[in-house]
Formats: sequence, structure tokens, C-alpha cells
Amino acid sequence: MTEKIDLSRTYAPSDDVVVREIEGEIVIVPLTSGIGDVEDECFTFDEWGRAVWSKIDGSRPLETVVQELLDEYDAPAGLLKGEVVGLLQELYERRMIVDKG
Amino acid sequence: MSAQAYVRKVRSGESGLWKSAKPALTRLDIELTERCNNDCLHCAVNLPAGDIEARGSEWTAERWKTLLTEAAGLGCLVVRLTGGEPLLRADFEEIYLHARRLGLRVMLFTNATLITPRLARLLKDVPPLEAVEVSVYGLTKETCEAVTRVSGSFAACRRGLGLLGENGVAFTVKGAVLPPTSREADALEAWAAGLPGHAGRPAFAMLFDLRSRRDEAAKKNKAIAGLRQGGDEFVSFARRHGDGAVDEWRDFCARSAGGRGDRLFNCLPMGSSAAVDPYGRLQYCLGLRHPGTVYDLAAGSMREAVTKFLPRLRETRAADPAYLERCGRCFLKGLCEQCPAKSWAEHGTLDTPVEYFCGIAHAQAVAAGLLDWGEKAWTVRDGSERAKRRK
Repeated sequence: MTEKIDLSRTYAPSDDVVVREIEGEIVIVPLTSGIGDVEDECFTFDEWGRAVWSKIDGSRPLETVVQELLDEYDAPAGLLKGEVVGLLQELYERRMIVDKG
Repeated sequence: MSAQAYVRKVRSGESGLWKSAKPALTRLDIELTERCNNDCLHCAVNLPAGDIEARGSEWTAERWKTLLTEAAGLGCLVVRLTGGEPLLRADFEEIYLHARRLGLRVMLFTNATLITPRLARLLKDVPPLEAVEVSVYGLTKETCEAVTRVSGSFAACRRGLGLLGENGVAFTVKGAVLPPTSREADALEAWAAGLPGHAGRPAFAMLFDLRSRRDEAAKKNKAIAGLRQGGDEFVSFARRHGDGAVDEWRDFCARSAGGRGDRLFNCLPMGSSAAVDPYGRLQYCLGLRHPGTVYDLAAGSMREAVTKFLPRLRETRAADPAYLERCGRCFLKGLCEQCPAKSWAEHGTLDTPVEYFCGIAHAQAVAAGLLDWGEKAWTVRDGSERAKRRK
């Protein structure tokens, strides 16, 4: 899966994972086979990843999400955009999010 | 904002997952049924597969699904589905899928005889995320069925293992050191290592539990006790691949300071787990069925059970003078299997020393050079220091 993340597109959590929030942590548990390198692991985020993930709900294009994060975080636009795209690229490659168009 | 790896992979059971408080419940053991299609010599659980009374009393899939949802809401990450033979239930797939869709990892304990192509495919498509644990009692039809006492169980088990392997479902086999199988351990290990899909090394049961339900079926206890290995045999089996196990026992004792005191519940890693029997009774663990330690979920809630009932139970103190004199001061507490569940199964109390497990722990300690022959561990005042010196 080598497609690049496109800021004009909308992304949402995949049906291949179960997303849980437990004691303030977001935990992503694979549901179907082939998520991640091996099948005996689950995934979680750092604070930054959690902030981004909470906005990836399929309701708006990624560029809108980036703008919202720029309003919330004191960070250079280029750096923040790069971080968001990097995170989503990893999530997409792990089949944790899908492209909703 | 960090420029490092964005997504952290973790074992869901590891403590590193939680930055603050752990959830009220991290693991739930569910005994879906007491019934089993095998009749193993050493088993303390199994009722006949067709036991109508047991079957009629078991919780329905709907009740299990409601309970699993409640458990997930409390933060539970792992559920063990066991029995009896859990695959005897026609609604197993429904319960399994519900657990997985809640984001629970599933530990499935089975004898594999009832695995169908459909179930193997399901376990492939929606993996349990834990290796399926399969009881394999014998490498030949003769030895296997001398243990299971059911004709055809050997072939059915092999067929089930084959289906798991063909579908790439990870599994681990577990053996038991019993008269028919005691010479097969090494061969079983070698055979398991060559199985497609097999993960890890087989574990072997030796210290068989007595039936923890003090009912009519407990008359089997005498026969189970007769199958147990003695201390020397236990040590000899553990040493068959070298002294690694003995070194571990010594290290273990060096790390554990002092005795138990009057504390009864010492298995702290189990502190946020719970077990539920087929009829909706919540227990500290599957072995502890003393009426005073059981919570009826039909008359309460999982939340109350794990946040109020179990924490109170964990504070229970021992009163038996023999326990306080011996277990309370014994530095072998990390080796010994003594616990309220064992005491209940053997004596019908929570705090009576169980001579069998005491003997096993003492044999381990002698092998590890921590005790002289005939010396009693509770008379040693500096046990953990002794273990450190002898490492």
C-alpha cells in the first residue's frame, strides 16, 4: 500500500480495527487478520497522535483537520502538516484508516 | 508535537500501556461450560457433554454478550474462553465474535476435537490475537485415548490441529504428565515444534488440581490425587533439559522477601482480573468457589463485583494457626502453589496449608540448594538472603 496521503481527501477509522478509549488512552485493537507486523499486538498513541486521531472521523477533509490543529497548537504550519501526513501515512499503511474520498 | 514514531505498539497486557491508573478489570476468565466431550483422567472440571441439568443452567449467549460489553466498558482487554470444552456450545462463534468486536483479545482453551473448517476460517479472518491453547494428551491413539477415555478423540484432535495449521491460526499445545504419557514429553515437544502454526514450547501439567466444586463429582478427587507427581519426580522432569528451571527457582526466591504474613491473596498480578463460571457467578479465579468468595452477577453488576466485592475479598486474612506458623513465615511463597483456591479444593477452607504443594516447593528448594534435606522453610529466618547468597 504505497498511496500517499492527500490533504484534500477525507479519512476515517477502518472497520478492520476496534478503537477503544480506556483510562484516557486510545487503544487500537486489530479485528481482522494482517494488521501490523504480527497479529498479537495492539496499538496506542502519544499525546500528539491522540489529538490527531480524535479528528479523523470521516467528516471533513484532512486540510480542515490540519487547520484546526494549527489553531490549537503553536507550531509552524509546514512542520505540523508534515507530522499529520506522517501519522496518517503510518495509519493508512497499517490499514487502521481508510480513504473516504 | 513529536517527530518520532507516531503509533506505539504494545502488548495489551503489559503495564506500560497505562500511564496513570490501570482499569478496574484487565482480564476476564469465562468458563463457558463445565461439560466436555472428553473424560480425561486428571480433569477436575468435566461433566458429560450431554449433561442436561448443567446445559440448562448455563448462561445464554445474550447474557454473555451483555457481560462482555460491561467488561469492555471497565477496560478489560483480554478474555479467556475455557471450559469444560467451550466449543461444545453451539453459540460459541456468536460469543467469540462479540468479544472480538468489542476489541477484546481472546484466549481460547480447547481440546481441538470440535474445530470445524468454518471455525478455523473464522479464527483466520478474525484472529483471537492470542495463540489458541490446545490440550494434547498423547502422541498416539493408544496413549491419547487412555487419557481422554473417548474413542475417536485422537483423530478428532489431529484433524482440528490440522485445520488450525492450514488456516495459519497460531496455537500452542499443552501436555500432561500422566501414566500413559509420562514417557512422551520430549517427543511431544519435538512433534509440536514441527507443526505449522505452533507457537512457543508446550507446557505440561503435573500438579493436578482437585475438583473445586465440592459436589458429587468431587468423588473423583482421590483418583486425581493418585495421578500427581511427587516432589522428586517433579524436579526430575523440570531438569530434563538442564538446570535452567532450578536457577529460575533460586532467582525467584532471592527476589521475594519474607513470608506471606496473614495475607491470603498473594497473587498480585491477578489483582485486576476476575473469573465467571457457566452460571454467572463471579469468582476471584476459576478455582476459588468457596461460597463466601463468590458474587452472583444475576443479582448485581460486574462493576460492583470488581470495584467493591473483589477488593474487599483481597483483604481477607488468614486465621488458621498452621497457616500463620508455616505459610505466613515461609520464604518459598513464590514457588509454592498454596493459595485460597487450593486450600478450598483440598480442605474446604481458605487458609489450610496443602501438604502436597508444600512438599513440591520443598523439593524444588532442596534441588536449588536453598534447603537441606528435611529442613522446613518456615524455620529459616533469612530465606531470601540465603537465596541471594546461593545464586
